[in-house]
Amino acid sequence: MNDTLQKDELRELYREVILDHARKPRNFGRLDDATHTAEGINPLCGDKLRLYLIVDAEQTVVSVGFEGSGCAISMASASLLTETVTRLSVEDADACFRTVTQRLTQANDGASATQETDLSRLRALDGVREYPSRVKCATLAWHALHAALKQSDSKATTE
Amino acid sequence: MSQTQATFGTGIAQCRSDFPALDQDVNGHRLVYLDSAASAQQPAAVIDAVARYQRNDHANVHRGVHTLSHRATELYEGARDKLCAFINASNRAEIVLTSGTTEAVNLVAQSFCRPTLSAGDQILITGLEHHSNIVPWQLVCEQTGAELIVADIDDDGDVNLEHLFALMSERVKLLGIGHVSNALGTINPLADIIAQARQHGIAVLVDGAQGVPHMNIDVQALGCDFYAFSGHKMFGPTGTGVLWGREALLEEMPPYQGGGDMILEVSFDNTVFNELPYKFEAGTPNIAGVIGLGTAVDYLLSVGMDSIYEHEKTLHAYLASQLASVDGVRLIGTAKHQASVQSFMLNDIHPHDLGTILDHQGVAIRTGHHCAMPVMKRFGLPGTARASLGLYNNSDDVDHLVAALEKARQIFA
Ligand SMILES: Cc1ncc(COP(=O)(O)O)c(C=O)c1O
Repeated sequence: MNDTLQKDELRELYREVILDHARKPRNFGRLDDATHTAEGINPLCGDKLRLYLIVDAEQTVVSVGFEGSGCAISMASASLLTETVTRLSVEDADACFRTVTQRLTQANDGASATQETDLSRLRALDGVREYPSRVKCATLAWHALHAALKQSDSKATTE
Repeated sequence: MSQTQATFGTGIAQCRSDFPALDQDVNGHRLVYLDSAASAQQPAAVIDAVARYQRNDHANVHRGVHTLSHRATELYEGARDKLCAFINASNRAEIVLTSGTTEAVNLVAQSFCRPTLSAGDQILITGLEHHSNIVPWQLVCEQTGAELIVADIDDDGDVNLEHLFALMSERVKLLGIGHVSNALGTINPLADIIAQARQHGIAVLVDGAQGVPHMNIDVQALGCDFYAFSGHKMFGPTGTGVLWGREALLEEMPPYQGGGDMILEVSFDNTVFNELPYKFEAGTPNIAGVIGLGTAVDYLLSVGMDSIYEHEKTLHAYLASQLASVDGVRLIGTAKHQASVQSFMLNDIHPHDLGTILDHQGVAIRTGHHCAMPVMKRFGLPGTARASLGLYNNSDDVDHLVAALEKARQIFA
């Protein structure tokens, strides 16, 4: 009985969506003509990724890619990020960073900024809240996004 | 996975009940602690000795005429005597108490190497080393213009002795080598290596952090010049450790840090340093921790280092074979002689995901690079999962690990 419960909690963390994105990350690969890029490093785990953005003249994120390696949570989160912020304005994309990091680090849904943006696919990451030691894995790509938007090349860590 | 086997390794594994921390549930399961290589749990005897000292005997050491100071000094120096006998040092002056292996290695780098190294000299290490047996040498090389050279390891995780010996020359001033690899469990053939180093006049520092908890150590028989280890890996408190060094070498070395306790006489023109080992022990030490470490030595001796070695050897063989029988498990580290430390991968599951899934089932393992990034790079891995066994583990722990791995495999199927 205990066992099924345990397993279900784990299934919550490693939902099918997460496993799917981790196995087949979307938009994986370097964007040679990126206008913005940043590296994300989680020194504790060794998760490491680089995020590439192409931002056009209207300040819209038209393309997102990433490369790197890490655990299932960090890879899935990065993959979900690329799907989420493509076609958002720079402002809305950065607002996603705040919403997601708040949501994963706070007990409640921390629904604040970017109500207009559809973040429903990111619910898949919610299971990570129960695992304080893994929150950094889930937020890594988002920190890289924030860093990339702030300047054209930089390094983000979860520390 | 068969649960049919009776738990073996009793006898010594009765020791398990000496460790209060092991008697708890984690995430609804009995705790299965397989991370002693990172830090070992403490027996009640150690915890009690520290508490007793804190309650009754605490005062500063070496500097009071009052009763408590005398008691504290007796207990603290008594621990040094125990450590001296434990590793068969010839003389208590050779037991420098440090905060751990890391400080001990840095002490040798800064006090033994730095004053004597110059451009053209070399320091030799191996590809197996823990960061604390790499970075202190990098720093002193930067400071002196000396060069750090590294002997290769092979696919099993053994040091390539041919390469190591080929790198030895008159230019090499010091060899820093681990006794046991914390990442792969490799037990290095120190006798051969040290003998070879001697022929070239190379001083040898052994990083014994992972050696001391598992086997009998006789520094005189080993023939090295320095041996460093940490209290918390041998069932003692954190923030304690030992640098053993040959007295003649320690005598020649300048102090590592200045402060109280390491002096005989101070004036503004001149300071006369204290004798060994106090010359290297500036400031108020970790008195309670060292007293606990002394008790850890008593505890290890009461169990018997040879019994511990035999117990762990049997258990490691069982661990390795059980792991290998799990579909998709690949052992990382299959050296000829291995201590009870086993790294592995399960399919392409990232070690951190594995660590979380196992933790959920009460199984504590270490995941990641184990402070040995060059080893991970050598094997082309981001990190590994590592199960390490201590004297208190038994075959039941191994069976739990294997069952937990099966679940991880299902989740990632
Ligand atoms: C082989 C080895 N050397 C050195 C160290 C460093 O020990 P400490 O952190 O106690 O100074 C460790 C601990 O992880 C180790 O396993």
